[in-house]
Amino acid sequence: MTQKNPNPTDSTGWFDKKENVRKVFNWLLGACALLVLIDVIFWITGFDKHPYLNWQKWPGFQAVYGFVSCSALVLAAKYLLRPLVKRDEDDYQKDSKGGENDA
Amino acid sequence: MPDFIPPAFIFLIGALLVPFFKGQARQVFALLVPMVGFANYFTIDKGAHGTIQLLDFQLTLGNADAWSLIFLNIFTILSFVGILYIVRDNKPLDLSAGLLYSGSAMGVVMAGDLCSMFFFWEMLTIGAVMCILARRTEASGKAAYRYLLVHVLGGVLLLAGIIIHIVSGGSTAFDKIELAGPGAWLIFIGFGINCAWPLIGSWLTDTYPEASYGGLIFMATFTTKTAIFVLARVFPGEDLLLWIGLVMVTLPLLCAAIENDLRRVLAHCLVNQVGFMVIGIGLGKELSLNGTAAHAYCHILYKALLFMAIGSVLYRTGKTKATELGGLYKSMPITAIFCCIGALSTSAPLFCGFVSKSMIMSSAAKQGEYLIWAALLFASAGVFLLAGLKVCYFAFFSKDSGTRCEEAPFNQLLAMGIIAGLSIFVGTFPDSSIYPMLPFADATYEPYTVGHITDQLALLLFSGLAFTLLLRAGLYPAELRATNLDFDCLYRKTGPAIYGLFDKVLNQFNQSAGNFFVGKVATGASNFFESGSARILCHMMTPIWMLAGHSKEQIEEERHILFKRAKRGAFPIGLTALLAVILLGLLAVVFLVEN
Repeated sequence: MTQKNPNPTDSTGWFDKKENVRKVFNWLLGACALLVLIDVIFWITGFDKHPYLNWQKWPGFQAVYGFVSCSALVLAAKYLLRPLVKRDEDDYQKDSKGGENDA
Repeated sequence: MPDFIPPAFIFLIGALLVPFFKGQARQVFALLVPMVGFANYFTIDKGAHGTIQLLDFQLTLGNADAWSLIFLNIFTILSFVGILYIVRDNKPLDLSAGLLYSGSAMGVVMAGDLCSMFFFWEMLTIGAVMCILARRTEASGKAAYRYLLVHVLGGVLLLAGIIIHIVSGGSTAFDKIELAGPGAWLIFIGFGINCAWPLIGSWLTDTYPEASYGGLIFMATFTTKTAIFVLARVFPGEDLLLWIGLVMVTLPLLCAAIENDLRRVLAHCLVNQVGFMVIGIGLGKELSLNGTAAHAYCHILYKALLFMAIGSVLYRTGKTKATELGGLYKSMPITAIFCCIGALSTSAPLFCGFVSKSMIMSSAAKQGEYLIWAALLFASAGVFLLAGLKVCYFAFFSKDSGTRCEEAPFNQLLAMGIIAGLSIFVGTFPDSSIYPMLPFADATYEPYTVGHITDQLALLLFSGLAFTLLLRAGLYPAELRATNLDFDCLYRKTGPAIYGLFDKVLNQFNQSAGNFFVGKVATGASNFFESGSARILCHMMTPIWMLAGHSKEQIEEERHILFKRAKRGAFPIGLTALLAVILLGLLAVVFLVEN
């Protein structure tokens, strides 16, 4: 059912083209900038967002929180947790041989 | 026709009958069982039904209130979709496991007393073990054994708790219990094991990734969510739950970030989302409890969708590790779209997670639990990053691994399509789908305000931006083929270590004892009985020969000959006669002395 493509680079998926990936990235940057802009406009005009807490009134609070917490999460996992818990793949002598159901 | 048929019975009888059908009839029957269950769901009115007197206990099998009905609703939907997802293979074990598991979970949520709750609670474990065994690998066999050990322990603690609770004057009613005294604490911990709490919950991330591609859909749905249900019934508003939930929403995300097996990434994220619900129960207000019920409902939907998408990848390619996958959007485009919908459903507006999570967060903020609120916001961003972006990216969009396969089979696509549709429907129209089912009608919530939408979008898009930038900068932890230790190493490592210790000490003792008794004592005894009498005879004869004036050499030779003859039992007649005379002489002496 599965076969290995002898030459993976010959297939032309949409994401295989560098310019398409760049396009997606630019759209993401644009959307992020737009959201921060909206937040700043809300802050200047005093639009009531019904925030739960005062922190949320600061413009860009959620954006900064999302960015910083995700970066911190990934970096903490990489530099703090992984050195502590990483072992060989067969550390528990797991020898999964693939089930009947698995292709 | 009785007025009330316990939903569990429909599924359990179905599970028992499945193996007796053959071919297509079995597939049709397995699909019919959840449909009958769903029809039965609409006939159930609120109130207590199905009471049975058993010895001194009154068992209630149909305690229908808003809490149990919303769980029964989603469990019934999932049992149908889960069966649809695996029906193509037509394997009796898998189909029976799914139905048995669903029936047991429904039995727990409909139970009106602790005894019947415990009965169905234990059956859950059997269903789960069958789902793991259905993978049919050596590793899954071992995982099923570990699962069984942990849950049997949990079951025994729960049973002990229930007995102590009842004996010390508590009621058998399946209702709020104050967390005081050994009975309540044992019940609390028994629930906690199924709820995958820190320290005692690592069985989940250990065993879920070993389950069969379809069995995992049932596992992700039933065990932890019934645990949430019983906690919400018995211990609402318990402060300790806040701290347990706080650990659950943060630490598993770190583990998920460095995990290579995508089903294990999802399992860590599952623990994280269960943490959301545990916090909701801990807050104990009407809004947070509504949020818990709503989030259990929505979480079942999108987690099932994500597990189905990766399950289909496993079904088609036999792989689930990030290091072995990538670029699958070319081979499985529809599955990739469903996986993206699952990712968005974790918290994006118009999808189901958005309308449920924010109820719990709103309640935390209103109660002034700022630390909890900040942790929940962190968890919202983190779970989108890991369960959503990481899983979708590494399975479908990262660098092409060169694997080519067929698109998922039609039945699996249909199952994913139903869940994806439900997720969007619930997320877009919560007021006409999920909100009317919630336990507290007064605690209303409006998710679609401008501020909430822009804030949530900012959170998600900037999480995405962080993911993209870290990947581009090469800072995102490389996916490695590795095992990451968790608390299950406590029993997976110390178990074999104790075995090894006993092996060294007891087997060494056994061997020394063997050497001594078999090697020394037994051989000695054997030698003695074989040649002992001959030696005694030689020793007796030596003085006689000496008296007869034989030389040393002669005596030595005679001893040698006598020894050989004595061992063989072959003496010349003369010698035999001599010995007989000596014996008679001795007898005569003895006789004379005696008289």
